Amino acid sequence: MLTQSILFVVLIVGGTALLSWPLGLYMKWAMDPSDPSSGIAGWKNRAFRVVGGPLTAQDQNWKRYMLAMLAFNVVMFVVTYGFLALQQYLPLNPDGKEALEGSLIFNTAASFTSNTNLQHYSGEVSLSYLSQLGGLMWLQFVSAATGITALVALARGLAGRPLGNFFVDIQRAAFLVLLPVAFVFAILLVLGGVPMTFSGSAIATTLEGVQQTIARGPVAAFVSIKQLGTNGGGFFGPNSTHPLENPSFWTNIIEMIAIILIPMACVWMFGRVIGRIRHAGVIFAVMLAFIAIKITGAVYFETAPTQAFANLPIEQTVGNLEGKEMRFGPTGGPLWSVLTTSTSNGSVGSMHDSLNPMTGLMPMVGMWLNATFGGVGVGMINMFLYIIVGVFIAGMMIGRTPEYLGWRVEAREVKFALFALLAHGLFILGGTAIFAATAWGADTLNNAGPHGFSEILYEFSSASANNGSGFEGLGDNTVPWNLATGIVMLLARFIPIILPLAIVGSLSAKRRSTESSGTLSVEGGVFATMLAATIIVIGALTFFPAATLGPIAEHVITMN
Amino acid sequence: MQSLLASIRIAAVTMLICVAGYATAVWAVARAIAPATAYASLITSQDGTIIGSRQIAQAFTRPEYFWPRPSAVDYDGAGAGGSNWSPTSSDVADRGREMVERYGATSENPLPAELAAASGAGLDPHISEAGALYQVARVAEARGLDQSRVGALVRNAAFSPGGFLTQDRIVNVLELNLALDRL
Repeated sequence: MLTQSILFVVLIVGGTALLSWPLGLYMKWAMDPSDPSSGIAGWKNRAFRVVGGPLTAQDQNWKRYMLAMLAFNVVMFVVTYGFLALQQYLPLNPDGKEALEGSLIFNTAASFTSNTNLQHYSGEVSLSYLSQLGGLMWLQFVSAATGITALVALARGLAGRPLGNFFVDIQRAAFLVLLPVAFVFAILLVLGGVPMTFSGSAIATTLEGVQQTIARGPVAAFVSIKQLGTNGGGFFGPNSTHPLENPSFWTNIIEMIAIILIPMACVWMFGRVIGRIRHAGVIFAVMLAFIAIKITGAVYFETAPTQAFANLPIEQTVGNLEGKEMRFGPTGGPLWSVLTTSTSNGSVGSMHDSLNPMTGLMPMVGMWLNATFGGVGVGMINMFLYIIVGVFIAGMMIGRTPEYLGWRVEAREVKFALFALLAHGLFILGGTAIFAATAWGADTLNNAGPHGFSEILYEFSSASANNGSGFEGLGDNTVPWNLATGIVMLLARFIPIILPLAIVGSLSAKRRSTESSGTLSVEGGVFATMLAATIIVIGALTFFPAATLGPIAEHVITMN
Repeated sequence: MQSLLASIRIAAVTMLICVAGYATAVWAVARAIAPATAYASLITSQDGTIIGSRQIAQAFTRPEYFWPRPSAVDYDGAGAGGSNWSPTSSDVADRGREMVERYGATSENPLPAELAAASGAGLDPHISEAGALYQVARVAEARGLDQSRVGALVRNAAFSPGGFLTQDRIVNVLELNLALDRL
């Protein structure tokens, strides 16, 4: 049992780490070709110019790049809002889905634009196939592509080069990176038994003569990009616990690999664009260490049997099975819960609300840090913020001017970085405080006591981390929840993209110095330790008091 | 303004390629290489009516059938979901008590845990081999069959979901019940 669990975890995390290396190489080739005007790259560039029009012709500075990104995201939001708001009049609606409520449409459009995929609806109950594919799946492609473009622009700036052109980069990310990988994974899922049909629900008459309506749809295509783009929004309400979204042990493995593959490859791509692959290796190792600790914690705490059955004649030899599926084995649920929250994916392979209290803390820690691989593109950007702060602190400690890759880090850059990092804490803790103290939150809980508090804390963590998973017992389809989390998701998406670009804009206006023996090397153990310490001090300690009121209190009170 | 125009052009093309093209391509390949599962693994009887999906649990309450895990949504295939109750909550304890009573479990013969715990989607088609064997006596008695014969059927249907990566074998309840009806 123990050896099987360890083997399982090592196979998935280690295997994906190996796969991410060639993918990182490919992503560098696709996103940042060394000679974009000749050969295959030149041919592709001309195609992208035809699509994007005259604005694609020249490089943009950080402000123009950012404005182009925002303009495109506005279009994303508006188009999807339209699809959702008009779904009852549009085609591809075989089950006759009705109109959606206004605040839910806002929340859903914000959620998928911001790559969060928090879902206050249940897909098979509320959405037409056109809303699912044309609205949401489209955003799953282009919002993930937005993350990749932001990272590649940041990396180019750090390399001392022009940032590039957003309208070219977004097409590179969507067509050259996400589309082919998504197609491969979709076919693997089809082979694993995931349905892919445009027919409406099937009506069955069961062996005992009862009618059962079985919702289905174009699931395989949707699930593939949902996992790869750290989107996480399920085709069905209960996401990848649903047997049609995740039919077997093997599809579960494929889907878990898809969760962390591109976030891992993004680190390698970053290293190649800045020309410092060893530095990327150090960052990768720090991220991997955090993930390993969380996985160990989650798998360990989830071996405790369901506490509520303690005094009943029920077998106590297996772990907690509430909210879990038999086909994934005992380690599948807790492992998935860590992977999906370490990245900003947010799909679920077991019900997080029904995890043991301390297991439920691990996903929350993942969302609080939000940089241990993190979202596609943006995870590495979040890590960049920690690096700026870490380098600054280290510089103060050794009494030298802090530098990163030869750029002098000064008060302005650190202020930006800290503001972006602390905004995350403010959104989570501020939101939780307001909703825990008022009927907005209290009336929507599914569990009493500290677990109820955890439901609110988790929801805001998920929104601010652009994660999208939830303690789904929470009755979150209310106007206050839809508006509050909708606004948090949008702010928490764009602040940590805009400010890092501003930092790079500010850095690259300075003269770059060559690194000497006096500067802190970014390729060694000292840097790794410094970075890990910064993450723990800023990321984890901010949230520790809230954790004691939620999962830790529940653990102490009930698990004995 | 120019940025919006470029955005709209790119939005249209990504919609065409990443949604229409991609979904159609996956759909066409699925029809060709996995026609049965592409339509959600439906099982039909000889007269052509749909009995269910082999991937989706359906309700069984009669003693002559094996029963699946409890479902928080009463096996609603068009509105799946879990209980979302904390494993420390009294709600889970109450359901556990109900299931103990339903199966007549005692401390000498405790109930396999999955038969008391609701699954994530409420549609888990599987129970453990132990959970099926636990029900053999009831099923055999209701059908007037030999226990060893029903037990053999369970062992025959049980499989290891992840090969060498998993220890416990599981059984698909609907398929097991169909096999039972064929006996």
